[in-house]
Amino acid sequence: MRDLARTSLVPLPAKGVEAVGLVSVTKRFPGVVAVDDVSLGIRSGEVHVLLGENGAGKSTIVGMLAGLQLPDEGHLTVNGVPVRLASPVESLAAGINTVFQHVMLVPTLTVFENLVLGDAWWHRPPRALIEARIAELQRDFGLRVPLDAITGDLSLGEQQQIEIARALLRESHVLILDEATSMLTPQGADELGERMRRLAERGLAVVFITHKLSEAYRFGDRISVLKQGRFAGEIGPDALAAMAEKDAVDEMVQLMFGSSDTGLASAARQSRPRGACSLKVSGLSTQGGVEEMALSDISLEVFAGEILGVAGIDGNGQKQMAEAIAGQRPVTAGTVELESRNVTQESVGKRRELGLRYLTDDRLMEGSVGLFAVSENTVLKEIGAPPFWSYGFEKPARIAAHARDLIQRFSVRTPGEATPIGHLSGGNIQKVLLGRELSGAAKVVVFNKPTYGLDMQNIAASRQRIRDIAEGGMAVLLISTDLDELLELADRIAVMDRGRICGVLDNDATQPAEMRTAIGRLMVGEAPAEVDA
Amino acid sequence: MEALLTAAFLSSLLTGAIVAGIPLLLAGLGEQMSEKAGVLNIGIEGMMIFGAYLGFLTAWSTESIWLGFLGGMAGGMIVAALMALLCVRLGLNQIVIGIGLTLGAEGLTSLLHHFQFSRTYPRLPAPLRLDLPILTDLPVIGPSLFGRHPMVYLALIGVIILAWAYRRTNLGLTLRAAGEKPAALDVAGGHVVLIRTAAVLFTGAMAGLGGAYMANVAAGLFIPFMTGGAGFIGIVLAMLARGRPVWVLIGALIFGAALSLTTALQVAGSNVPTDVIQMLPFAAVMLVLVIWGRKARLPAALGLSYERGAR
Amino acid sequence: MTASDTQTATTPSNGPVEVQREARLARFAVMTLGPIAAAVIASGLILVVFGINPITYYTFVIERGLFSGLGLEQTLTRMAPLLFLAAGLIVAFRAGIWNLGVDGQFLLGAVASAALAPALLGVLPGWIVLLMGFVLAGLVGAVWSVLPALLRAYQGVNEIITTLMMTFLGVSLANVLVKLVFLDPKTTVPQTRTIPVPDRLPRLFDSTISSGLVWAVAAVLLVHVVMTRTAFGLKLRTVGANPHAAAHAGLSVPRLTVAVFAISAAFAGLAGASEILGVNGNVRADWNPAYGLMVIPLVFLARFHGVGSIILIFFYSALLIGSESAARRVGVPQDFTLVLVATLLIFLGLAEWLDHRRRKGGG
Repeated sequence: MRDLARTSLVPLPAKGVEAVGLVSVTKRFPGVVAVDDVSLGIRSGEVHVLLGENGAGKSTIVGMLAGLQLPDEGHLTVNGVPVRLASPVESLAAGINTVFQHVMLVPTLTVFENLVLGDAWWHRPPRALIEARIAELQRDFGLRVPLDAITGDLSLGEQQQIEIARALLRESHVLILDEATSMLTPQGADELGERMRRLAERGLAVVFITHKLSEAYRFGDRISVLKQGRFAGEIGPDALAAMAEKDAVDEMVQLMFGSSDTGLASAARQSRPRGACSLKVSGLSTQGGVEEMALSDISLEVFAGEILGVAGIDGNGQKQMAEAIAGQRPVTAGTVELESRNVTQESVGKRRELGLRYLTDDRLMEGSVGLFAVSENTVLKEIGAPPFWSYGFEKPARIAAHARDLIQRFSVRTPGEATPIGHLSGGNIQKVLLGRELSGAAKVVVFNKPTYGLDMQNIAASRQRIRDIAEGGMAVLLISTDLDELLELADRIAVMDRGRICGVLDNDATQPAEMRTAIGRLMVGEAPAEVDA
Repeated sequence: MEALLTAAFLSSLLTGAIVAGIPLLLAGLGEQMSEKAGVLNIGIEGMMIFGAYLGFLTAWSTESIWLGFLGGMAGGMIVAALMALLCVRLGLNQIVIGIGLTLGAEGLTSLLHHFQFSRTYPRLPAPLRLDLPILTDLPVIGPSLFGRHPMVYLALIGVIILAWAYRRTNLGLTLRAAGEKPAALDVAGGHVVLIRTAAVLFTGAMAGLGGAYMANVAAGLFIPFMTGGAGFIGIVLAMLARGRPVWVLIGALIFGAALSLTTALQVAGSNVPTDVIQMLPFAAVMLVLVIWGRKARLPAALGLSYERGAR
Repeated sequence: MTASDTQTATTPSNGPVEVQREARLARFAVMTLGPIAAAVIASGLILVVFGINPITYYTFVIERGLFSGLGLEQTLTRMAPLLFLAAGLIVAFRAGIWNLGVDGQFLLGAVASAALAPALLGVLPGWIVLLMGFVLAGLVGAVWSVLPALLRAYQGVNEIITTLMMTFLGVSLANVLVKLVFLDPKTTVPQTRTIPVPDRLPRLFDSTISSGLVWAVAAVLLVHVVMTRTAFGLKLRTVGANPHAAAHAGLSVPRLTVAVFAISAAFAGLAGASEILGVNGNVRADWNPAYGLMVIPLVFLARFHGVGSIILIFFYSALLIGSESAARRVGVPQDFTLVLVATLLIFLGLAEWLDHRRRKGGG
């Protein structure tokens, strides 16, 4: 990181020159070909979008460019010269900087310390110099970098700005942004788009990885589409500039799915008449912590047969709210009522018995025990209860039969019920967990990001199940960071920001653009135009 | 009680605090660096005893106490190198391997001593003292504080150097990143395995030096199992000091004083049972943990091995 | 940092496994017998360096510890405290808790039973005295774990440091109790009053084997069944494997944590009682066999399996007994067993690593 000593941006290669290239690159992991014979050219002065659904190979390409993985076949080039990027150090030295999907800053260090991280340990950090450079970046790109703040205290969006700033402090020729808008408000995403534009104008090659079609169209100069590890096609700058958004989206869908039908764009759910109130939350508050949002005064009602969506940027208390409702998190004030019965003091187990189910967003670390067999995971929330246990002793045959039944009904793909669940794919683990939550007499189901990280097929199947659950008369609380999902499924949409519900809107599926704007306004704390209290 | 406040008692208490405290200080400073970097180094007891043995053997055969210290550092680093290879490079469980290395070093040094010296325990000549002029002549504290072996002053200088380096250079934040979020250090262009290996080797050198001090200066001879849990106390000191070298120093002196109070009390002619006094510092630490336990934060990735790309 | 990280690496699978028998046997051979063979050979090479013929040494140890009548009886007697400790460690490690304080819990349990038994003998029937001795020892052991347990469960304080501290404290406290409170006034050596041999645990058949062995084996088997077959065991394993998942599933992680500590420490206390009431009859000042650190590697090697632990402890016990005489007759200090255990642990770790790599490579 000698380059910290520089005082301003050095001239970059001329626009349109290939800065980084992939030449017939193949990368395999046990059981899958993640990237299959892909060739790409990333040019200076362009925002190059890599578009594809989960599992299309985007992250693997990022990993190879960042020096985290080596290609099995083919090679990378930098400025036309073949290179071997065997570590992040080599990738950084080649001028490639990456802003990862998950923040890669040390939360307990200050922002300044994170900026100098990676420099030789015996060096003394050049404070004055960095202050000057940061001021410059603040001026040119509107980046907010509070040098002495503890990084973990900042929001994810702010942390992302610090990562971008760090990339610019180094001698960056190529800037990779991996799913960078997932933690931003719609407005924040637009700002990021604007920032990428300005960086490209300075001559940087910007790689923007996303699975969102509209962002690809709005922010990109060139769009490369990946499909199941293969290069599926490209829309060049001229073609893109000439297209209207609708045509471009059709073209992208065609490349991504081979047809213009995503299987997702099904008709939005029709709002249905409400049943009785199944879940009522009043004035719920919890204590916050170092990395946890406090809840303040959460009130909402979910009716039988209804889907109440909860929108919000990730980390604004959605998980805490779900946990408080499920009984996993102590509350400081407020009540939770299940079919008019106050369950605020009841345990997780008791609430489950009464019909309250919570499907966590963290399938691996919270929802399942990876080492345990699928069968054991299906009864993890009923340990000790009949018919799977009698007098405290396990009945392995009963548990196995129950698991086989669940595997069949939810079409889980697994070698058998005795396979450790950690060996299954994310989508199949999700099916097991869903089956677990729906077994017995469920009345209210809380979903936290149920389709996060799944492929299109599993997303479609999961959404259909959520619809069916509501059709079946259960009340659904659907927390999601994917606005499209909420617009498609929800009857009403509550918006969360900094641990509060800042408004509830009736979903109007006929006017998605207006809904989006209204929700976005609520997210950033602007007064809502119309609030359904 | 008046007898307890005599000059002789205070003098011998101070002496004891330093003689018994220096090995704890060295071990604690070493362990602190490992823990910052995310390695819980339970093998430190083994590093100390191996340092004590090799340090003693070198001093005894070369008749140079300074070469003895070098030998001690080398001894500690041999065990530390194994720890680094197994736990940092290969990612094996740090606690299991740590216990294994401690047991192995204790057993091996006992064997080595047996086959070389049988049942004799040869003594080294009385260690060198560095009398600081004028200061040594001060009453009570003079001889205790300022008439000590040069290694004592070197250890104190070590505290200052480490405190400075942690604050003023990138060392502190690099170590902390390796211990808190190694993946972040890796993608920022740092070398997680390298920095952790270096930290473990440093721990070995410091622990070995502490062991050599115990054998060559404090005792003047080597006895199998002579470290008697000093390494484990070092672990405790490092955990309680929360990253600050100065706190390791304070803790080491308190533990050192308590461990050596026996001698001081004999000097004073008191007969308070020694075991009661030896319990005091441990009881105090437990009390501290009960009161401030919630704040005793350890690095997030402490004890976890790092593998690039693994989630 | 918890023991669960190790569990990830060491327990092949917790659930009902339908892997082919042969594959399991092959894996067992490579993963258990392999490290043992490697450790025996490597330690033997160390003996060669010291000019001792390892074959002579090992033959002597095996003959003395396993194949001489008295030696075998001593071996079996020595197993009792080690097995009780193993029972406690299996519970703790399966539940992801590093109870490194078993030595303190062991000593205080020993002192408690050594203090109680002589006082009650003659007042109550012998078997009641022995029973009470065991119960008290278990309770004292459990009490000694309360502080680390509460700190871990409710404050999140790392139990490695606290249990180590409590062991230092416990060793000193045991000495204080022996020297000041329960001192036998009739002897010059500082020790507790000696329980007469006829009042100790009965011996098995016509041998010198203490019947503590039977109870210890039963304890390990009980622990094994509870941990693998019951709801309580599954709860503890869930907490150990993934505390977040346990909380999500509605288990009270803090309460289970405290229970694990109490059970684990109670077994350590029982181990102390079995040594005093079965074999030694009294506690001498400064007595600390430090069995705990020895048993931990064995339990790991057995991968927390009850029967596996019993078998390994049997051989380890024979090694201890054999090496005690070997120290006198062959001239190799008994501390050689430490070297053997250490190399065993290291080779176990390497075997795990190779296995992990092989699996990852093979998909």
